Amino acid sequence: MHVYLDHNATTPLDPAVIETTVAVLRGEFGNASSVHTFGQTAKSRLDVARAAVADLIGGRPQEVIFTSGGTEADNLALRGVAEAAGARRQLVASAIEHEAVLNTLKALARRGWTTTLLPVDGRGIVPPETLEAALSPETALVSIMHANNEIGTIQPIAELAAIAHAQGALFHTDAVQSIGKIPVDVERLGVDLLSLSAHKFNGPQGAGALWVRRGRRLVAATTGGGQERRRRAGTENVSAIAGLGAAARIARAKLEAGPGDIAGLRDRLEAGILAGVPGTVVNGDPARRVPNTTNISFDRVEAESLLIALDLEGVAVSTGSACSSGTLEPSHVLRAMGFPPHRTQNSIRFSLGLGNTTEQVDHVVGVMPRVVERLRALSRTGQHVNA
Amino acid sequence: MRIVAAMSGGVDSSVAAALLAEEGHDVVGLSMQLYDQREGGQQFGSCCTLDDLHDARRVAARLGIPHYIVNFERQFDQQVVSRFVGEYTAARTPIPCVRCNSDLKFTALLERAHGLDAPAVATGHYARVERSADGTYLLKRGVDAAKDQSYFLFGLTQAQLACARFPLGARRKPEVRAYAEARSLPVARKPDSHEICFVPDGDYAAFVARRAPDAVRPGRIVDGAGRTLGRHAGVHRFTVGQRRGLGISGPAPLYVTELDAASGRVTVGPRAALERSTLRAGAVNWIAGRAPSGPLRAAAQIRHRHAAAPARVSVLEDGAAHVEFEEAQPAITPGQAVVFYDGATVLGGGWIEK
Repeated sequence: MHVYLDHNATTPLDPAVIETTVAVLRGEFGNASSVHTFGQTAKSRLDVARAAVADLIGGRPQEVIFTSGGTEADNLALRGVAEAAGARRQLVASAIEHEAVLNTLKALARRGWTTTLLPVDGRGIVPPETLEAALSPETALVSIMHANNEIGTIQPIAELAAIAHAQGALFHTDAVQSIGKIPVDVERLGVDLLSLSAHKFNGPQGAGALWVRRGRRLVAATTGGGQERRRRAGTENVSAIAGLGAAARIARAKLEAGPGDIAGLRDRLEAGILAGVPGTVVNGDPARRVPNTTNISFDRVEAESLLIALDLEGVAVSTGSACSSGTLEPSHVLRAMGFPPHRTQNSIRFSLGLGNTTEQVDHVVGVMPRVVERLRALSRTGQHVNA
Repeated sequence: MRIVAAMSGGVDSSVAAALLAEEGHDVVGLSMQLYDQREGGQQFGSCCTLDDLHDARRVAARLGIPHYIVNFERQFDQQVVSRFVGEYTAARTPIPCVRCNSDLKFTALLERAHGLDAPAVATGHYARVERSADGTYLLKRGVDAAKDQSYFLFGLTQAQLACARFPLGARRKPEVRAYAEARSLPVARKPDSHEICFVPDGDYAAFVARRAPDAVRPGRIVDGAGRTLGRHAGVHRFTVGQRRGLGISGPAPLYVTELDAASGRVTVGPRAALERSTLRAGAVNWIAGRAPSGPLRAAAQIRHRHAAAPARVSVLEDGAAHVEFEEAQPAITPGQAVVFYDGATVLGGGWIEK
């Protein structure tokens, strides 16, 4: 049995998304900037998608800028606001942001901006008073993610945004991990910018968006043609964006229908693992988190080995510190939460989604004790595990 | 049976994995990431670099076997690189590959394999493991004399040999290349690596100086009578038998005959002064798992490219051995290994102390 429990990395496409995307790829090749009918067909695909994305987050279509995904949206938000902010030269973010934000801030810091990273508490929440203390009249932008990719913790965005606004700073949230999982409304959150990515909610890879509240100044990160209201030059990836639109429409319908059963599946998995495998503990906030994610530390097990062993059993998960090149950098998220090194290197993220079933969850719960026990048997005799 | 194939991205380990897969084993490829390669690390290393890991992945995809990169940066640094640097600064000439085999591939990686339900680890070494009638595992030279790597494996224990698979042991290199070509393995024409993998430019002295700047101290170059002939920038820059780079000239070619870390003295002399007929080896590992009861006759090999020479080996206390060659040998080098053979069979080996 193959069980995919890594939906925070990427998700399978919804069949309706495939249909839309393939329809564009098959029959519509127009450039959305062209005047003729071919171009108009493409343009109308973008219009439909833009409306669907706006609809999903409670914004206006004109406020949606299509990008290649979440990372580009984050880059555009941070670089675009920083460049446009004039005398305000401070940028603030949380210590547990995605690398797309953290490494963009590092790049901006090298170019002279002041950057401040806010700590999080033991549950991975940014204490609002720390933001209050970090702000200054110099602050241009505060960027705090809505839900964390590793532990799923949801930040008190509305409260944090209000604090930022009181100091005259703009507020950006990376909502890549919350969109499609919980209702997201830019008015309720009170944010100025919001990033999202299609492939995290059953859309295609290679499409995303930055929502920018009307009137907020932003300098384009890429220059060229006048696409996306001169904020993101380049011919649009129409098929993927059409898929993004379809995914947004489906996500909205599902969220309106109710919370669904994903939290129930996640809780079943979590409870099953905690009961079946001794020496396990959940990382994050058990209440304030997205419904599909659980992050569990396994005492005396190296996450890297556990991930491989589970994959050989047909179970796909990820370590807290997903890094393509395989570096052993302990999770910066768990480290920021104040955990000791061993607990930052033995955590596994299980993230559920479309297609997961009770049978699959029970299968994983059944496999887990044997796999973990085999690895632990070695660490009793061996010398290197968690040394 | 599930077998973990240690895949470096080179042709040998690729073919080893391929042969096992062809035999029907459940092969899982693991590639060890040995250095931090996130920023500018690609020039660091001639084996197990990002490109090599990529090659290993392509080979695994071609073979249709699962493949993973496992991180051994910390272990590699502690077990291999730090010791390498320590040996040079102690005026010895190390062979890091032995440690990498004993302490990484057949310890840390083997343990990973066990965790994945794989009782064995296969590598692309040219060496053979056989089981004798009494159940003891024997380590033997690879059939291809030019490629034989048994010298680098003398540190393996019976328990490690029981889990070791060397599919290339009975093959010759040209056959291995031909096999890779025939199966269109993407590394079929990749050149062999010769350097020590983490010092690809071969400049060990510069590497040691970067890693241990405090241990670098200048000293004197003297002749056999103790007369100063010149000065040098640190004993780590020399190895016994070295002729070039001494910065001094004499009527006849001069060779490094001795290094002394404590005084920083580098002794040089004519070629004849390099010859010695005895050595002492420490930390001797006997493949059979126990030291022989008395002195024995063996062929002793004092470096990778040395024709093993007849010698009498006496077991000393504390796991040491005294080796007396029938004929004097040139450039017996502290830090290198001496490996004892009975024909093709490795009896054991240890580290040359003096």
